[in-house]
Amino acid sequence: MSELDKSELDEINSDAELALPDPLEMPEMVPDAMKDLHSFEAAPKHQTDLGYPGELVDDWQDVAIAKIGDLRQKYRSFRVYLDSCVKCGACTDKCHYYLGTGDPKNMPVARQDLLRSVYRRYYTLPGKIAPWLVGARDLTEDVLSEWYNYFHQCSQCRRCSVYCPYGIDTAEISMAAREIMDSVGKGQKYCNEIIGKVHSIGNNLGMPAKAIKATMVDFEEELEEETGIPIKMPVDKKGADVLLVTPSADFFAEPHIDGLFGYAKVFHELGVDWTLSTTASEAGNFGMFIGSYDNMRKVSLRIREAALELGVKRIIFGECGHAWRVAYAFLNTLAGPWDFLDPKYPVPQHICEFTFDAINDGKLKFDKTKNDHMTLTFHDSCNVARATRMGDKPGGQFEIPRAVIKAVCNNYHDMDENTIKEGTVCCGGGGGILTDDLMDIRVKGAQPRMRALRKVTQEHGVTNLAAICAICKSQFAKVLPKYDFDMEAIQSVHQLVSNAIIMSDAPKEEEPPAPEAANDSKPDNKDEPSASSEAGK
Amino acid sequence: MITTIYALAFYFATILLIVGIAYRIYEYAKVPAPLNIATTPAPTTVPGVWLRMFREVALFESLFKSNKWIWIFGYMFHVGLLLVLIRHIRYFVDPRYVPDLIWLGIAYIQPIGKYAGFAMIFGLAGLAIRRIVVNRVRYISSPSDHLMLLLLIFIGVSGFMMQYVDRTDIVSVKNFFLSLAYLNMFDWQPLPDSLPLMVHLTLVLILMIIFPYSKLLHAPGIFFSPTRNQVDNPREKRRLAPWAKALENVSDKK
Repeated sequence: MSELDKSELDEINSDAELALPDPLEMPEMVPDAMKDLHSFEAAPKHQTDLGYPGELVDDWQDVAIAKIGDLRQKYRSFRVYLDSCVKCGACTDKCHYYLGTGDPKNMPVARQDLLRSVYRRYYTLPGKIAPWLVGARDLTEDVLSEWYNYFHQCSQCRRCSVYCPYGIDTAEISMAAREIMDSVGKGQKYCNEIIGKVHSIGNNLGMPAKAIKATMVDFEEELEEETGIPIKMPVDKKGADVLLVTPSADFFAEPHIDGLFGYAKVFHELGVDWTLSTTASEAGNFGMFIGSYDNMRKVSLRIREAALELGVKRIIFGECGHAWRVAYAFLNTLAGPWDFLDPKYPVPQHICEFTFDAINDGKLKFDKTKNDHMTLTFHDSCNVARATRMGDKPGGQFEIPRAVIKAVCNNYHDMDENTIKEGTVCCGGGGGILTDDLMDIRVKGAQPRMRALRKVTQEHGVTNLAAICAICKSQFAKVLPKYDFDMEAIQSVHQLVSNAIIMSDAPKEEEPPAPEAANDSKPDNKDEPSASSEAGK
Repeated sequence: MITTIYALAFYFATILLIVGIAYRIYEYAKVPAPLNIATTPAPTTVPGVWLRMFREVALFESLFKSNKWIWIFGYMFHVGLLLVLIRHIRYFVDPRYVPDLIWLGIAYIQPIGKYAGFAMIFGLAGLAIRRIVVNRVRYISSPSDHLMLLLLIFIGVSGFMMQYVDRTDIVSVKNFFLSLAYLNMFDWQPLPDSLPLMVHLTLVLILMIIFPYSKLLHAPGIFFSPTRNQVDNPREKRRLAPWAKALENVSDKK
């Protein structure tokens, strides 16, 4: 475009039109745009491992309808939410999958209606006598297939529930729908295979105990090379004070590993006696994604067993979004009571709460310039933001991670206020859809977040995005390049901590370290022998 | 004849409305909420939850965050309806049995109630137009959603017609309802002969009858919405649904 054209255009277009698209800009409606997106179905073994029928049962309609009846007696949310929707339309523009695809069945109310229409047909009087009047319909094979496709285009992020005048939570409906589908033998491979791995091996990745121990030995070497001090990564250490439960991605992928290094450095610096567990080697709990109380409980009980066996006093969770929801909001119910742990600490604690407290107590020192090559922004992970808390006060889940970032970074800027905190837009990969066969919806669903990020990169020079969720980190690493960002732009919050933390027992370098760096290394020395002997087993 | 039909219909509809809603409330209360799913940030105390619920019910807080047009129309309709209902109390009670102060309040609200009626119809019309014009809302609407708005609009319009178009003998109407309300069985006072009145009463009867079977259940439903009525205290307080407790007894939990 020539100079002349451009200046002409500038005059014609208003500033607003030239500006970047609003992150929450409404798409044109494209009915059925995503109707054929079908994630891989679970193999018979994935199903039976979880206690579900291996394949679609013959009388699946009856079983499904009975299951709806069962769930409406077990979950008040399911019952009340199916009855209460007035179709006001407040939620219709709130789902990132609708904003990214324009498919009206990705509007929260329309997604609920896929199931509500069947509920009305079989469980309400008007639906029985005049289905056409109230949008009720029979449960047919087409309906089942529609359920499968669209209930796997929901990341259970609960953004809709914030904006619904009755607090109707589509996540509750999509969890129920997935449980109904599982119970008739039509489960999803991604979720169910992973839950099976947790039951049999202990983590989502299927990493056996030996591999975890070997990995931690490698990590210890890496950390020692970097810092010059023997920072430990204890595994299955009996009698440790703290059990760290973290997503297995922290053992395996970038930028997760750097976050794990951050936790280890914080523990080391504070002289905390901590351990990982090879049996509870997974914070994530995919039982929630499929709405299965039984599976969620079984996965949670692994943590209880590990805590009892190792004799720890506290439980701390690493950076993981849905995990923190199950941990914060459900763990007490599923695997409590936790009366055998130290009552001085909440059960469980989030690693950000832990680090934040230490920062507030002045126990950690940072060289913030170590992060000066970046300007950060923070992506509030959906389940942390809208289903949990950190600290004592409502909203601590927004303030505490930001406070940690700001304590270790000089350059920080928030994204558009309608896309953060309680209104945060999901990364696009949560809720059991972080699988390559659903890449289409993952990329499209990330659009509002990517647009919000684009705005702060252009307007405020933001270079990097920090998150505290394994799914967000994995999703962004895949999706950022599709929106012309660097895949390494995604950072763990504790990776930033790791960059900036000043280890007080670090060997003196040519640059003058912090004045108190030379002495005060006792607690760490005390920690060493037992930890290394454990790791060497 | 007409008087008898309406008298019986109102007894039937009133019983159905009260028993129906009471039964729904009983059902909602009976179903456990096995997990803490409060939408956070949420209050950490019970009084905090009351305040949150008050803001939702009295101010439509979440809807305000969500969409200003729906909020304005919805709020006009609901507040208008509330004032209109209060205004109507005088047709159902005998001032001799009502404390003076309350009666004074009911009398005081009469002129306001008329304006509230206009606000109600205006709000409903806004919602009805939105339902047709905004393609997202049209997409999610069933015939019943449109009809529900029409029903309420016609209740309002027929009510106004009784006053401004074909003036109804309201004293007789009151006598009819008083004879119903005070259970003067078989001495029902006659309803005046008025087409707007017949339409008004018929539509109100329909509304009362469909209430416990329709989306109007959002009225009791909101109070039972776990995302709004739960205290954010899961780390401190363990909840356990009866069916979940049964799992513990058979489990291998150490």
